[in-house]
Amino acid sequence: MSLDPQRHLAQQIQKIPRSGIRDFFELVIGRDDVISLGVGEPDFSSPWHIREAAIYSLERGETSYTSNLGLLSLREAIAGYVSETFELRYDAQSEILITVGVSEAIDLAFRALLNPGDEVIYHEPCYVSYNPSIALAYGVPVAVATKPENDFSLKAADVAAAITPKTRALMLNFTTNPTGAVIDRAELEAIAKLAVEHDIVVLSDEIYSELRYEGTDHTSIATFPGMKERTIFLHGFSKAFAMTGFRVGYACAPQALTEAMMKIHQYSMLCAPITSQVAAVEALRHGAGPAEEMRQAYAHRRNLLLSRFAEAGIPCFAPGGAFYAFPDIRATGMTSQDFARQLLDEESVACVPGDAFGPSGEGFLRCCYAASTDSLREAMTRIGRFYEKHVS
Amino acid sequence: MNQLLELLQKNARQTDAEIAELLGRETADVTTEWAALEKDGTIMGYTAILDQERYAPSKTTAMIEVRLTPERGGGFDRLANRIASFPQVKSCFLMSGAYDLLVIVEGDDIREIARFVTETLSTMNGILSTATHFQLKTYKANGLLQSVPSERERLPVSP
Repeated sequence: MSLDPQRHLAQQIQKIPRSGIRDFFELVIGRDDVISLGVGEPDFSSPWHIREAAIYSLERGETSYTSNLGLLSLREAIAGYVSETFELRYDAQSEILITVGVSEAIDLAFRALLNPGDEVIYHEPCYVSYNPSIALAYGVPVAVATKPENDFSLKAADVAAAITPKTRALMLNFTTNPTGAVIDRAELEAIAKLAVEHDIVVLSDEIYSELRYEGTDHTSIATFPGMKERTIFLHGFSKAFAMTGFRVGYACAPQALTEAMMKIHQYSMLCAPITSQVAAVEALRHGAGPAEEMRQAYAHRRNLLLSRFAEAGIPCFAPGGAFYAFPDIRATGMTSQDFARQLLDEESVACVPGDAFGPSGEGFLRCCYAASTDSLREAMTRIGRFYEKHVS
Repeated sequence: MNQLLELLQKNARQTDAEIAELLGRETADVTTEWAALEKDGTIMGYTAILDQERYAPSKTTAMIEVRLTPERGGGFDRLANRIASFPQVKSCFLMSGAYDLLVIVEGDDIREIARFVTETLSTMNGILSTATHFQLKTYKANGLLQSVPSERERLPVSP
């Protein structure tokens, strides 16, 4: 007897397609000649002081569970960091939950918030997990497309148009993966007003907030009047501190929400790995210098990429943050998928097709510049050559 | 922090055009600043960093702690400069603590360094004592780890 997926797998799971990134990954894996601009993580290893702190923690035999909320020392360090960096004050005892990356926190938040049929607005193109996380929590994902003419930033008017009586939550991610887009303060304030007016909870994934390049400050939506009590502030260590594999993130939210998320976390994950939590404490205590050095390196590579796109005549807006550029390849008449696949075949360069981040990413390509300048230069020469050959 | 100098310290072989591209500046502008930094002596020179184990495995390095008598008016400077001027002296620092100068000396073999210490350094007027420590193994030099860990695995495509 073989397992019949239709009979044995939950309908909910059958409905959810696997990530487009996964399909592309299958094409690239096993080829060793490829220059990859397809990653979604820093190319740096975690700074040595962080790795060393993790090693020392293991040497001391710190291998137990922690509190479900996470180590108090880490929650206190986070409270201090979030207060200093984002001007948001959370109580370390009751308003901060340590999770296994922001991804877990997003899943917990939707499960804590949604009843079947509740609508969640999110902007797209976006990180691949938002839509399925909403659906897995029996919510209804409502995508609002961000537009190339707005440099993929979100407009309050577009959010307003998507609000219905069933709207329960709004998912934000600025600075955005895959576009590198940022949002200006006035627009964010207008969106905050909508959230208050329509009694909507906001999930704000601010994982890329430290990686900004144009001298503009990052503002969290939770800082606007009436917002802290309806915002789940999500952040982690993966990007700014190059700690993706440690899998440690956190949610800051009003006590009742934190408690609700903690209940799910308690029965599923129990706690984030203690080694990772100890490493995260070290990152917050002594990581500012190394993090700034990495940010500076990304800034240089961003300049390199933008100047090469301009030279090659490939339209690309100047992304305000993260480590992604999102060039416009529509002039070739090719779909993102065809462009990415042929670029891989003909020039051995991997970039992720924009539609992997939602249909509104069609016609674009995600190029990650968390790679060495030598690889970036070679990749850009090849992309330029490929584009010239195919542009009509 | 001067970004041009930061980049050059990581790799001095980058061209002015490459550096301009990283900094988002005009090439001519970088060329001018670079020339000025050379002219005013901020950039003293450029050198190749070698793996000495490969290039000259028998080459020997010693750190010599030197105590000397300071002189009225000049302190340690006259004697320190005299010692530092020997070509086999690669670095020479005035130190706080139990001794005065730390002199780093390179030689083709241990005997060459021994000769320098016993026949030249120790016999100079004003030198009170020397203590010579030979370098046995290099773990890190010029900011570079000698045993570079193998390339780590990173997924070629990730969300």
